[in-house]
Amino acid sequence: MLDTIAYWIFGVGLAFDLLGCIGLVRLPDVYNRAQAATKCVTLGTCMILLATALFGVGRDWPMFVKAMICAAFVLLTSPVGAHAVCRGAYLGGVPLADISVEDVFVDRAEAIRNE
Amino acid sequence: MNAAFLEGFLEAAMLVLVLGSALCLYRIARGPSAPDRTVAIDILGTLMVAFCSVMALWPHAQADGKVVRFQEYFMIVAIAWALTSFIGTLALAKYLEGRSYDA
Repeated sequence: MLDTIAYWIFGVGLAFDLLGCIGLVRLPDVYNRAQAATKCVTLGTCMILLATALFGVGRDWPMFVKAMICAAFVLLTSPVGAHAVCRGAYLGGVPLADISVEDVFVDRAEAIRNE
Repeated sequence: MNAAFLEGFLEAAMLVLVLGSALCLYRIARGPSAPDRTVAIDILGTLMVAFCSVMALWPHAQADGKVVRFQEYFMIVAIAWALTSFIGTLALAKYLEGRSYDA
């Protein structure tokens, strides 16, 4: 029973990973790419690590503990890294895609640059 | 649990992850600006953690196909990879902030 659940979680995580990578290739500018890829791939990898932990229940408890530690770590660090990259890209002056309708951070970015 | 079925499943999983890594590599090679490449490198690092967990699940089986143990030491590699990838991404982000893109 637990194994069946783990197989399904693993499969859904793989699907999320692949869709995130497709978003990384298909979307028009760096901000869209970062949000699509980071959200999908973080969730997908966390689901894969959760499935790994479930496979370890009753068979390999050290693997259970390490997989849960790794899942918590990915969940904490991956969004922080993507946010830092997007902030750097915006302050560095990378333009938005042509189809964007509004840019509300122009004044704020100017203030941060002039500090 | 059937070891042969688990091995087949993990081989299919590896194929999917290789496909995703190929898409990331395409974005690293093509990416019009430096932040595009940085995002793709970050995502590639997260995919490598998934690779390590697939490797960790590779089963050692008995003769009757019952799984006796996994290769859990690969999870240590996954934790270390997540840490170094995060530090590298932060360093690249600080580098991107101080640079102007006058086109």
